[in-house]
Amino acid sequence: MPIDKIFKDEASEEKGERARMSSFVGAMAISDLVKTTLGPKGMDKILQSTGRGHAVTVTNDGATILKSLHIDNPAAKVLIDISKVQDDEVGDGTTSVVVLAGELLREAEKLVASKIHPMTIIAGYRMAAECGRDALLKRVIDNKENPEKFRSDLIKIAMTTLCSKILSQDKEHFAEMAVDAIFRLKGSTNLESIQIIKKPGGSLKDSFLDEGFILDKKIGIGQPKRIENAKILVANTAMDTDKVKIYGARVRVDSMTKVAEIEGAEKEKMKDKVNKILAHGINCFVNRQLIYNFPEELFADAGVLAIEHADFEGIERLGLVTGGEIASTFDNPESVKLGECKLIEEIMIGEDKLIHFSGVAMGQACSIVLRGASHHVLDEAERSLHDALCVLSQTVNDSRVLLGGGWPEMVMAKEVDELARKTPGKKSHAIEAFSRALVSIPTTIADNAGLDSAELVAQLRAEHHSEGCNSGIDVISGSVGNMEERGIYEAFKVKQAVLLSATEAAEMILRVDDIITCAPRRREDRM
Amino acid sequence: MALAFDEFGRPFIILREQDQKTRLRGIDAHKANIAAGKAVARILRSSLGPKGMDKMLQGPDGDVTITNDGATILEQMDVDNQIAKLMVELSRSQDYEIGDGTTGVVVMAGALLEQAERQLDRGIHPIRVAEGYEMASRVAVEHLERIAQKFEFDVNNYEPLVQTCMTTLSSKIVNRCKRSLAEIAVKAVLAVADLERRDVNLDLIKVEGKVGGKLEDTELIYGILVDKDMSHPQMPKQIEDAHIAILTCPFEPPKPKTKHKVDIDTVEKFETMRKQEQQYFDEMVQKCKDVGATLVICQWGFDDEANHLLMHRNLPAVRWVGGVELELIAIATGGRIVPRFQELTPEKLGKAGLVREKSFGTTKERMLYIEHCANSRAVTVFIRGGNKMMIEETKRSIHDALCVARNLIRNKSIVYGGGAAEIACSLAVEAAADKYPGVEQYAIRAFAEALDSVPMALAENSGLQPIETLSAVKSQQIKENIPFYGIDCNDVGTNDMREQNVFETLIGKQQQILLATQVVKMILKIDDVISPSEY
Repeated sequence: MPIDKIFKDEASEEKGERARMSSFVGAMAISDLVKTTLGPKGMDKILQSTGRGHAVTVTNDGATILKSLHIDNPAAKVLIDISKVQDDEVGDGTTSVVVLAGELLREAEKLVASKIHPMTIIAGYRMAAECGRDALLKRVIDNKENPEKFRSDLIKIAMTTLCSKILSQDKEHFAEMAVDAIFRLKGSTNLESIQIIKKPGGSLKDSFLDEGFILDKKIGIGQPKRIENAKILVANTAMDTDKVKIYGARVRVDSMTKVAEIEGAEKEKMKDKVNKILAHGINCFVNRQLIYNFPEELFADAGVLAIEHADFEGIERLGLVTGGEIASTFDNPESVKLGECKLIEEIMIGEDKLIHFSGVAMGQACSIVLRGASHHVLDEAERSLHDALCVLSQTVNDSRVLLGGGWPEMVMAKEVDELARKTPGKKSHAIEAFSRALVSIPTTIADNAGLDSAELVAQLRAEHHSEGCNSGIDVISGSVGNMEERGIYEAFKVKQAVLLSATEAAEMILRVDDIITCAPRRREDRM
Repeated sequence: MALAFDEFGRPFIILREQDQKTRLRGIDAHKANIAAGKAVARILRSSLGPKGMDKMLQGPDGDVTITNDGATILEQMDVDNQIAKLMVELSRSQDYEIGDGTTGVVVMAGALLEQAERQLDRGIHPIRVAEGYEMASRVAVEHLERIAQKFEFDVNNYEPLVQTCMTTLSSKIVNRCKRSLAEIAVKAVLAVADLERRDVNLDLIKVEGKVGGKLEDTELIYGILVDKDMSHPQMPKQIEDAHIAILTCPFEPPKPKTKHKVDIDTVEKFETMRKQEQQYFDEMVQKCKDVGATLVICQWGFDDEANHLLMHRNLPAVRWVGGVELELIAIATGGRIVPRFQELTPEKLGKAGLVREKSFGTTKERMLYIEHCANSRAVTVFIRGGNKMMIEETKRSIHDALCVARNLIRNKSIVYGGGAAEIACSLAVEAAADKYPGVEQYAIRAFAEALDSVPMALAENSGLQPIETLSAVKSQQIKENIPFYGIDCNDVGTNDMREQNVFETLIGKQQQILLATQVVKMILKIDDVISPSEY
């Protein structure tokens, strides 16, 4: 007797080998997609959105590429998810994590084909990942005690991160900039306090980190363009008409004169407010909301610089930088903390006028001005810089660093290989496979640089058999070299996150033996 | 027949629109129902046990769930068949009642159906089969009671609880750190448990997850975790010895429920309005300050002016906190939820030793920890993990573990896992069968065979020879008359479940058998399936 069906129409089920096959294929397709962007000589991708205007993004950042893809394969979605998390958590290594997970699955596929049960493979992978992490832990360098050394470590990490991006030409410049910015944060990981302002024009080299703070706003007309020893009131208040907030209130008048009276009262109210604000003894007023012409005029009369419509983040940063309190009521001027800075002036960058606050008291926030030929370049530069900043801010908290250029992978591969030899049972095949997957990362880096990967990796492996070897692939010269001398460093936290989440994702996909797809929800307005 | 004739020989129709409906009757209906039930059970069969595989489910919106939990799989499956829906219900009720063993119950029901089919082929009436099953299930449940063991634990010695939770967790993807998760679950349950009344209110345990970090970073917080931050960026990030005002009223001028209008027609009125308005805000903040609150948690938002006034008076505040969280905070801090400013009194404030804001990762996500509460009866399990699906799956696993711990507090009896209990029951039922005269005897024997299918599935999923392993264990149980031998899934080398520390709760097992029997009985009683045709 045939069962008609258990599932709804359009819902489908894939079982056993087929399910496994479809997730392997999906995951590998994703990993192959981003594979070519890995490493300093990795290529970029053009992403064209289907939305209006077909906006184009050029990028090298794994997370950005994957985020914009429309994927139907569930296993592929798992990989995209880990890359997104990697981006949120450590900021860099978004490509590596996907490539490693893809390679792990590729190796797993071979093992499954040779009749090893997925659970055995998982057990082996777990052991291997533990062993790899321990191997890294043994070789980490921690220069927290020595601030100077630590700083140079940070610069090297930033350079390593940046060298795979569009900023690689000026990586020294940008690395210095990123490290300076991070040091200003004093250990906080809140990257919001670093403002990145993008202004097209000039070249990437003209980008700079500003000691003070730059607000992308213009100064009102008739107001002073330059203030020394400024006292700043940072506010979030309505400076248009103050609405009456009592529910149900409305104005009802019966003659024109009354209208004029009410209007007068309103004006009076605004004037009161402005006077109260002025009573703080300030010479600069920054508001989050709009400032209407009338109060603006009053401020101009009083010789106070009024800046309107600084967005929320701008206000917060300004509060951080100048040490002011964000105020919304102005009745007791003596207790509101004012922000201070030495000098406010209008500056020109490219064609735009910006307001520059320098000589600030707290200096926890700062601005980076990026210059570049086009919006695409600037966007990509911002992403790259963001990656670098993320990695740096994490490294400041966890100061352990490793060498780069495929060195960590080779160290892990060696240890994992040794573990495989010691482990009895079928698991050792899986452990061996893990080591092969690790080696595939330096291989890909070399391949992407157009080098003879087989030759280089073999050479690298041979060198790693001697104790305390610091060799990695030097893509620039196309040979195996000492990574410590070339100053290629990576953050331990990034590598650890790559290793663990890639293993976790691979494990997750391997455990699946059945894919059930529900019928897609019908949408009324499709196209 | 749907077509009948009345006393004048005129045909009339009993079922309307006969030709548009599909109808199955008699033995065909039974067969079709059994086949559908079996099909559902087959999907879950491979998820059973520590070596069970996961299922990947793609939802209608393309969202992906990866899970091993029977109830979740069935719930997310787009099931259309009525009998299949019954099976879904079955695992759901196991989930509600016990929380664990949702896969086992479906596999068990599937096996019972399979055996029933054989009995039907022999020509035994379905009702007789159902009755036989009923008798057999009674025997099995009684036998479970006999072989169950009580074990002793108290607040300081919770090792047995941890062991049982570990058995539950070992079949999930989180088995990498089952030890620490089991400990977390047990500690959480013990923290909220009422050991006197043997009751646990699981609502007091909040399970919160955040993507990022490692599974090992999962922690138990004696307090509440709220996914919110301070309303004003410059408010203090850490408050010690906080007195918390828990408000459900917004910081806004009052809105009377009756419809009214305030007309402003003169300048004076306008002025008084303004004064009034300012006064409202001032008063509200003053009220909070007066009763000695050092932190305000509000269910609603408040506008910029109130926000600044709060900031100004050095009164940190959190806004837009959800109702459930608000309740938990109230329970944990021993405070009262205050719906009106006028009703604020010092006694109604909640107390917490430490409130702090913590940020995660590179994004701006922050969370609020409320710890060292006056009444630490509410706890939070905070899960970290590599990706979203992992977090979700961990949440489900923790839920299962929590339920198991709760069940143990309710009833201290345990049985041995790894299929040992099923094998023991199967032997008992088999022995009891011979005592029943009549056709039911066959059904009871069939029940015994169905019980074997759980250990069989376990062995199969672990890559062992199912029949060989099962018969070996069975003979061992009979020979030594000890009901502790089960399937050695993890290849440890012994199949004594006492040594392997594989426990399950007695009520969980009993419920499995009872629920599965019930559903099977229900399915067997159906002899006519009428379904509207596709339109």
